[in-house]
Amino acid sequence: MPYALREALAAFRRTPVLTGLSATMISLSLFVVGLFGIAAHNIRRVLERVEERVEVVAYLRDDARPDAVRLAQNEIATFPEVREVLYISREQALELAKQELGELRSLFGELEVNPLPASFEIRLKAGHHRPEEVQAVAQRAGAYAFVEEVRYGREWLDKIYLLRRVAGAAALVIGGAFAAVAMLIIGAAVRMAIFARRDEIAIMRLVGATDGFVQRPFLLEGFLTGLLGAALALSFTFLVYRILSGAVFQLEWIPDGWTLSGLAAGGVLGIGASAAAVRRHLRGI
Amino acid sequence: MILFDHVSKEYPRSGLALNDVSFQVRKGEFCFLTGHSGAGKSTVLRLIHMADEPTRGEVRVSGYASGKIRPREISMLRRKIGYVFQDFRLLLDRSAAENVAFALQVTGARAAVIRVKVGRLLAQVGLAAKAESYPAELSGGEQQRVAVARALANDPIVLLADEPTGNLDERATRGIFDLFRSINTAGTAVILATHDLELVRQNSGYRVLELDHGALVYDSTSSS
Repeated sequence: MPYALREALAAFRRTPVLTGLSATMISLSLFVVGLFGIAAHNIRRVLERVEERVEVVAYLRDDARPDAVRLAQNEIATFPEVREVLYISREQALELAKQELGELRSLFGELEVNPLPASFEIRLKAGHHRPEEVQAVAQRAGAYAFVEEVRYGREWLDKIYLLRRVAGAAALVIGGAFAAVAMLIIGAAVRMAIFARRDEIAIMRLVGATDGFVQRPFLLEGFLTGLLGAALALSFTFLVYRILSGAVFQLEWIPDGWTLSGLAAGGVLGIGASAAAVRRHLRGI
Repeated sequence: MILFDHVSKEYPRSGLALNDVSFQVRKGEFCFLTGHSGAGKSTVLRLIHMADEPTRGEVRVSGYASGKIRPREISMLRRKIGYVFQDFRLLLDRSAAENVAFALQVTGARAAVIRVKVGRLLAQVGLAAKAESYPAELSGGEQQRVAVARALANDPIVLLADEPTGNLDERATRGIFDLFRSINTAGTAVILATHDLELVRQNSGYRVLELDHGALVYDSTSSS
């Protein structure tokens, strides 16, 4: 076994409580990130499904001229975001209303005048459902003189996007705070390890070990602690996912790329904290 | 091989430790560095080891110059310099053999090479039978022999000894000094810092450098 790895593993044996505390703190910070990650990922999935169904409906005035309406329909269909434009005449609208609202059928049957306006149902291409894109299409469709009103469910679209942003920001802030505490604890663990081995380090220097050689076991110790913390965090997150997914919601597990990034983040946190502590404290020996 | 060129060293707290010191030590030379405690003997050794940088002047060791040497080169230079201290500085949780092996491990030597070399070094200092003993089980003289074996591990060109007999009785002192002499005979330069004038007097054939309050006040080669 290489010297650095042997020494790093020996450090785990020498100070198991401190190592355990460091790994637990890293795992807590990444656990928080993991939970918010699941939330953000599932909100995104819901959003994607909802987005597919987002369409812009432009209601037309009753006095709109048929040739102008046809021209507009063709024009709107050429917008880059638009997949298709369906023209729903007043009669079709009434028919649809009767079908969709079966229990009120008798009410519609008694009407002498059709109260429903004609409309364009503007369906958007995949990947063009962001609020600002939908709004742009709605604005351009609303610019026609014979368009009375445009609807596209703006409020709830905005709300879902906001929710996703809030979840992401909360994960970053809370996870970041935990990560900072984790780094301080790893730093303390490494400082104690350096203190416990100060005689050895002094002799290493004396007989001509390079700084890299002296630092490597400590960096490796930090890296392994971080990796251990990340693995713990992943287990906790998966446990919570299983509990929630079976009982409360139908959830999707986070993508593999995120899992790997989480593990890497643990390792990087650990090695970063060690590097900072080692550089500062080896100078004093 | 070692050159001090108008070297002064000032420490922020304790002030001037060396004042305009110039001398040269040649390959394979044996040289006493004497003076009262606080005269600057340890500072000279630390400067040779590049553990400190001179405040003024230049120290040159085996082609490396203070002020120009890079951190990695300092590590490489130290492999050519053996260093022993009054307090031995052994790792108490390791056996004699492990203490010697440590100096080879940290320079990346292979396990098979280390095993053979440690055996040879312990035999050279007369401790082959105590390879597995821990420092607490060894006498002061024996501990210093382990420290010398460790200092020789990387085949140094010079052995620096800072009051190596300060904690030893007369008999052990004699033994350690004989060991230094045989190391020197084999071609390694030795610089022995001591305030034990009796030891210097008994071995009057060797060069003596005397420091007083940081200044070099006597060099037996230039006076003879």
